[in-house]
Amino acid sequence: MSLVTPDLGLLFWMVVIFGIVFFLLAKFGFPIITRSVDERNAKIQQSLKDADELQLRMAQWTQEHSRMLEETRKEQSAILKEATEAKSRILADAQAQAQAQADRILEKARIEITLEKESAMRDVRREIGLLGVQMAEKVLREELSDESRQKALLDQLIDEAHNAEIRS
Amino acid sequence: MMLAFLISLLLLQGDSFGPAASSPIPSEESFDIPEIIFGHIGDEYEWHITQWKGKPVAIPLPCIVIDGGLHVFTLHHAAENGYTLNENGKLVNAQSGKRPLDLSITKNVVSIMFSSLLLLIVIFVTARWYRRHDSLEEAPGGLPGAVESLLMIPHNMAKENIGEDYRRYSPYLCMAFLWILLNNFLGIIPFFPGGANLTGNIAITLVLALCTFFIVNLTGTKHYYKEIFAPDVPGFLKPIMPVIEVFSAIMKPLSLTIRLFANMLAGHIMILSMVCIIFIMAKYGPLLSGSMTLVSVLFGVFLDALECLVAFIQAYVFTMLSSIYIGLARSHGE
Repeated sequence: MSLVTPDLGLLFWMVVIFGIVFFLLAKFGFPIITRSVDERNAKIQQSLKDADELQLRMAQWTQEHSRMLEETRKEQSAILKEATEAKSRILADAQAQAQAQADRILEKARIEITLEKESAMRDVRREIGLLGVQMAEKVLREELSDESRQKALLDQLIDEAHNAEIRS
Repeated sequence: MMLAFLISLLLLQGDSFGPAASSPIPSEESFDIPEIIFGHIGDEYEWHITQWKGKPVAIPLPCIVIDGGLHVFTLHHAAENGYTLNENGKLVNAQSGKRPLDLSITKNVVSIMFSSLLLLIVIFVTARWYRRHDSLEEAPGGLPGAVESLLMIPHNMAKENIGEDYRRYSPYLCMAFLWILLNNFLGIIPFFPGGANLTGNIAITLVLALCTFFIVNLTGTKHYYKEIFAPDVPGFLKPIMPVIEVFSAIMKPLSLTIRLFANMLAGHIMILSMVCIIFIMAKYGPLLSGSMTLVSVLFGVFLDALECLVAFIQAYVFTMLSSIYIGLARSHGE
């Protein structure tokens, strides 16, 4: 049966042609392709790993970022709150201080006015007293002769004094 | 897969009509099925393409015979040179009836040349793409892309099954895989320049398996040879084990040979038989022959699709087993 007996001529040609083609391809064909593909695969693998790493880091960054943002916002609101408090406190303080100052000034003024008034009254009284004495002198000097006029003058003087007292 | 199916459809047409054109019209009763089938799966001294107006159209191929001197002639002039064909269709000396050293460029040899040239071109085109492009930055499309993905199958087998020096063996596995795959598919194509039953020829598969055999046994490690000739077994097994191991080392390439050969041959015979049914049934009336034609066409489609699958699987299995054998021979022990 010729099917299972290898033909010598075919064997010979197969060895020759297969050998030549194998030599050519193994030298100039396959290694170039497989090496390039291996390199590319390695690069892709590396890139994927890098991308994964980067993504992880990005996620961490984002988390950090949002955390910091949150913290800042909290801090900001705390500062604002504090500032508002300080403002109202200062305002209240200032108001109270101003009130106290005003009260003190007023008090002082009132005391001074009272003192002035009293001293003025004293002056006036002294003046009136002097005036009364002077008048009495004059009256005494002028009216000692005439009794009626003496009397009238006295009345008049008293009236005047009275009026002066009222007016002051 | 879709593409493979479409191709198989195309092939089927060729397969159905090929024998119709190339075999004698079965108007007489002498429709010799074994002759047709074995003519198609065997080797020829000329490439019979088709039958045109009753005359065979064939490419004459040089017969080269070394028999007390070099004789070169075509089959037509065989008788003038003192040679004739024997019952197996081989050239024999007309006087002595003996086979000379026959180095003829037969149909199969031409087919080897053609497929090898095709492989060379395809691989060199791909390699040129890689030389001209920065492969780190871009991936090829089209032919280089397709070849690359095919090429990485045996390369990754080498990577997985052979140790760290897999790069030394990767070219052989690539070569074996692509060559077998290409010729398996060329064998399914029923018309010129395909249709030669190369991977279903035992001489071809024997050469391929012997390549694996020599690579395995010439580059084996000390550990590998120790396992064969002085394995670590109980004393009474010591004389038996080398015999068994040597036998197993020889059986490995033999099994590679037979597996590829038988699978491809069987596929060719099945498809040819399906086609032959059409011509056998021709004389049984239109109804019977019509329905049987339909059945055989449907089966033909199925078998062609199956053959496309088998073509790939056999190339894959041959390469896979080769890489495993090489990997075993490269082991340094546990």
